[in-house]
Amino acid sequence: MILAVELAYWQLLVIKVLAVMVIVPTATAVIVQTFLFKMMAHMQSRLGPMEAGPHGALQLLADGAKFVQKELLAPERADRRVFFLAPVVVLLSTFLLFVVIPAGPNVVAEDLDIGIFFALAVSSISVLGILMAGWASANKYALMGGLRAAGQLIAYELPLVLAVVGVVIQSGELSLQGIVRAQAEGAIFGVGLIGQPFIFTQFIGFALFLVATQAELTQPPFDMPIAESELVAGYQVEYSGLQFLFFYLGEFGAAFAFSALAATMFLGGWYVPGLDVDGGLISNLVGPAVLFVKTMLVAFLIFWIRFTYPRLREDQLQTFAWKFLIPLALVNILATGVFKVLF
Amino acid sequence: MSEFLRAYLTVAVFAGAAGLLVALMLGAGWLIRPSRPTAQKSIAYESGVDPVGPGFGQSQVRYYIFALLFVLFDVEAVFIFPWALRLESYGLFGLVEMGIFIVILALGLVYAWRKGVLRWV
Repeated sequence: MILAVELAYWQLLVIKVLAVMVIVPTATAVIVQTFLFKMMAHMQSRLGPMEAGPHGALQLLADGAKFVQKELLAPERADRRVFFLAPVVVLLSTFLLFVVIPAGPNVVAEDLDIGIFFALAVSSISVLGILMAGWASANKYALMGGLRAAGQLIAYELPLVLAVVGVVIQSGELSLQGIVRAQAEGAIFGVGLIGQPFIFTQFIGFALFLVATQAELTQPPFDMPIAESELVAGYQVEYSGLQFLFFYLGEFGAAFAFSALAATMFLGGWYVPGLDVDGGLISNLVGPAVLFVKTMLVAFLIFWIRFTYPRLREDQLQTFAWKFLIPLALVNILATGVFKVLF
Repeated sequence: MSEFLRAYLTVAVFAGAAGLLVALMLGAGWLIRPSRPTAQKSIAYESGVDPVGPGFGQSQVRYYIFALLFVLFDVEAVFIFPWALRLESYGLFGLVEMGIFIVILALGLVYAWRKGVLRWV
């Protein structure tokens, strides 16, 4: 451990849980403030929130206070238990994503052996929450939104999962810590100066992962499930106050987590040349900062796409996934396999 | 307790922590938020028109075939991961085997495509 005193398992666990409980809302706030409020505004020649705090930096505190004060409402015909549980399921899925993301040689809640597989598995739990919300609201818009979300998420789950396979083939690891190490110890044509970030060899995988992430987060241009102009807000329409906030936390927390996953798998994670990949105090202190910068870079790409492209129609969206992304992902897997075995 | 089980104990604790976070926030909100339910507020919002029917309306699920295909490909992904992990030790044999597996699956996709079931109806 990095600490001089040896901590018992449960003491360490309490620290980790508290850390993640702080990180999830903070990461969400950073993403929303930086990209959704300010970047989107400047890209559209607006200023965005300016009143609360310097340059509107405290806007989210005001928003949070507003959400907490709102009355919680449920439609009279709603299935109340499922209606209440749905946002909790979405939040749970996002929360568990943060367990496996490493931010330093020892800075990780739990480096599971099947880390990336676990991350992909828990990320798809949120589909259940969305379907639950759509059904339990007893509202036609919500039902349509929930069904659209489910259709979209099953179509884009496959490119997401298959894009990762290329990375697994190259590194021979499922653990995220192992993937970071494989990139740190790799070499490009025998030159090991910057290690071997997989974005160079797995560029197709990276692009597939970004597109699929976009769809998994139901962001524009894949935002048919919550299309404001036709479904009002889809499965979120009946939620108010804190429960609505949970959906928001789930969505943008997941945006941060997916960006961090992409940064870990394709950009080298917390490692930069010069750090000791096997441990040491400096790696553990600098690692989180490095990962944060890389995560924000990926998040910038994701939100750039979000603010730029118009919404896809439902049939175009399905066609794009099944007739282009999935075949491309399969070809990518085979090509990576051939290179791995023959070279 | 073994290392393996302990790792998943951590995951379970984190799931519990997510529940705790929700309970804390809802609890804090309960102290200050109002609760004045009226009949008007609990009507489902459908653009201001009073909802017709029981709410749990019947809707056509248009992606029945897509869902079936999804199950196929998702199971395929489960098979591909262990193979991808151990490819280095399987060598050429593993590559050819998985090549055949993926090609057969891809043929299935091509068949579905030619049959026209990948068209949104």
